[in-house]
Amino acid sequence: MAYDVRAHRRKQYWNEPTMTLWERLYLPEILRGLFITSRVFIRNMTKWMTGRKGALTTYYPEERRADYAALNRGKHILTLRADGSGKPQCIACNMCATVCPAKVIEIEAGLDLMDLVHPKVPVRFEIDYSRCIFCGLCVEACPEDAIRMDKDVPDLPSRDRNAMWIGKEELLSWKPQSDVAKRYPKAAERIGGGHA
Amino acid sequence: MIQDLVVYAAYIAYAIAVLMGFGIILTWVERKQSAVMSDRIGANRAYIRLPFTQIKLVWWGLFHGMADGLKMLLKEDFKPKTYDWYAYMVAPWVAFTPVLLVFAVIPFGGVLIPSEIFSGFPAVAEWFAGKTYPMQIARLDAGLLIVFAFSGLTIIGAMLAGWSSSNKFSLLGALRAGSQMISYELILGLTVLGLVLIYGTLDLTVIVQQQSGTVLGFLPAWGIVLQPFAATLFLAAAIAENKRIPFDLPEAESELIAGYFTEYSAMKMGLFMFAEFIEIAIVAALFTTLFLGGYNLPWMTNEGFLLPGGHEILLSHGVVVLVQMVTFLAKVFLICSFQILIRWTLPRFRYDQVLKFAWKFMFPLALANLMVTAVAVWLLKGGA
Repeated sequence: MAYDVRAHRRKQYWNEPTMTLWERLYLPEILRGLFITSRVFIRNMTKWMTGRKGALTTYYPEERRADYAALNRGKHILTLRADGSGKPQCIACNMCATVCPAKVIEIEAGLDLMDLVHPKVPVRFEIDYSRCIFCGLCVEACPEDAIRMDKDVPDLPSRDRNAMWIGKEELLSWKPQSDVAKRYPKAAERIGGGHA
Repeated sequence: MIQDLVVYAAYIAYAIAVLMGFGIILTWVERKQSAVMSDRIGANRAYIRLPFTQIKLVWWGLFHGMADGLKMLLKEDFKPKTYDWYAYMVAPWVAFTPVLLVFAVIPFGGVLIPSEIFSGFPAVAEWFAGKTYPMQIARLDAGLLIVFAFSGLTIIGAMLAGWSSSNKFSLLGALRAGSQMISYELILGLTVLGLVLIYGTLDLTVIVQQQSGTVLGFLPAWGIVLQPFAATLFLAAAIAENKRIPFDLPEAESELIAGYFTEYSAMKMGLFMFAEFIEIAIVAALFTTLFLGGYNLPWMTNEGFLLPGGHEILLSHGVVVLVQMVTFLAKVFLICSFQILIRWTLPRFRYDQVLKFAWKFMFPLALANLMVTAVAVWLLKGGA
């Protein structure tokens, strides 16, 4: 019985190169590539030389992107009550701290007997941004719409992880205006002032 | 005698300063140029703070080279339990020194007449007594051969490093380096032979002097005009010789970690890297000397400019020397930049492709170029 060697030859799985003669000449295609890269180089270099920015990179701590998506989960804010009293909407129920997968929220509840409608308030509300994973589950869990996430990112690059805690005052005052879903008091009315 | 010593000591200091300067600057240029080419900013965080102030000099990341050097000096000098300790220690120097030595025969300027430069100081001018010095450390009539001899030595450094590290990655890298560098050395030699035929000499000074004229009345008689084909092949082979992308197979990061210097750390590794960057400058200097007219600007003579219309601009000797030196450095820098452009544009070859490219593509082309040149030179000289 005839034994066909070719039938057992190992199959070759790579594609045969399908280049035209022009491409196989190397030089024209290489020159084309060099032309493309040098064009980009000259374009960016002219930008740098004329005092403009010739790169897509953002110098992170010094410079912020202006084009964060509107729904970007950047930094938490605590909302204020609509009555203009300047007190947080938060009722210190600990739902956000419970759902938090990174366990970064610490709340200490307090009693405010002067305000019988809303007696349970957070005395301390702190988030550790060195561990926060920005998942937004705390926002989902909140029954009072007291915590939201703003599209801007926290200004926290630091050499000390203990410096990355943010407390109640800052969460209440940190640019809440840029969230348009609910009316917030003007900067002067807010607790702690903050950067408007 | 003493005068010669003074002048040549100055030349040697200049050469070392230029090479070290290029080595340091090129690390920065490579980072920044590649960044600008790809819409990035590049390394820009290292700074020098002026003492007792908060003024931080960033200078576009220029100090990253210093930070790197310092890091390499202070790093742990890890040594493998190597098979051949002596070869291991000596290999970086064997790779580094010949690269510096190549510059000895490259003319970096025209003729220096110290008595004319110091004409304001009669005592000094009299001491030099009208002696003339070609601006080149060693004026050798076999200059081109010396270049190839020394650049051939760097292979030994790579091979020694790979062999003595007793590491399989290093050994593979060294084997690749050996075969690749020897193959491309051949092509380098063949491409340059065409120029040797045309100029009829191996003396680099004479080669550069012959390029100061014009062909067809207006074109500068540069090697690239006479031998454009050889110039392209030479540059490609020189980049392969320098083991840079697209020919970086000996140190292929994705396959062999760092190739033949995998087992080297701290400043020994730094020497290999530094040798590579200096070799960029050396390749550029060679290319400038052989193909771009060396220190010559178009239509420039030792007295000034002689423009094609017969118009002449006379310059003093000091200005001519300065213009020639600056021209040489500028050309070298441009070619260095071009090499970096190539390195950040082209994708890598596969290893079999590298050798196939050398032996089946560039070698026949170089031979054909040599034959055509030989016939042309023979015909131009009367065909006798």
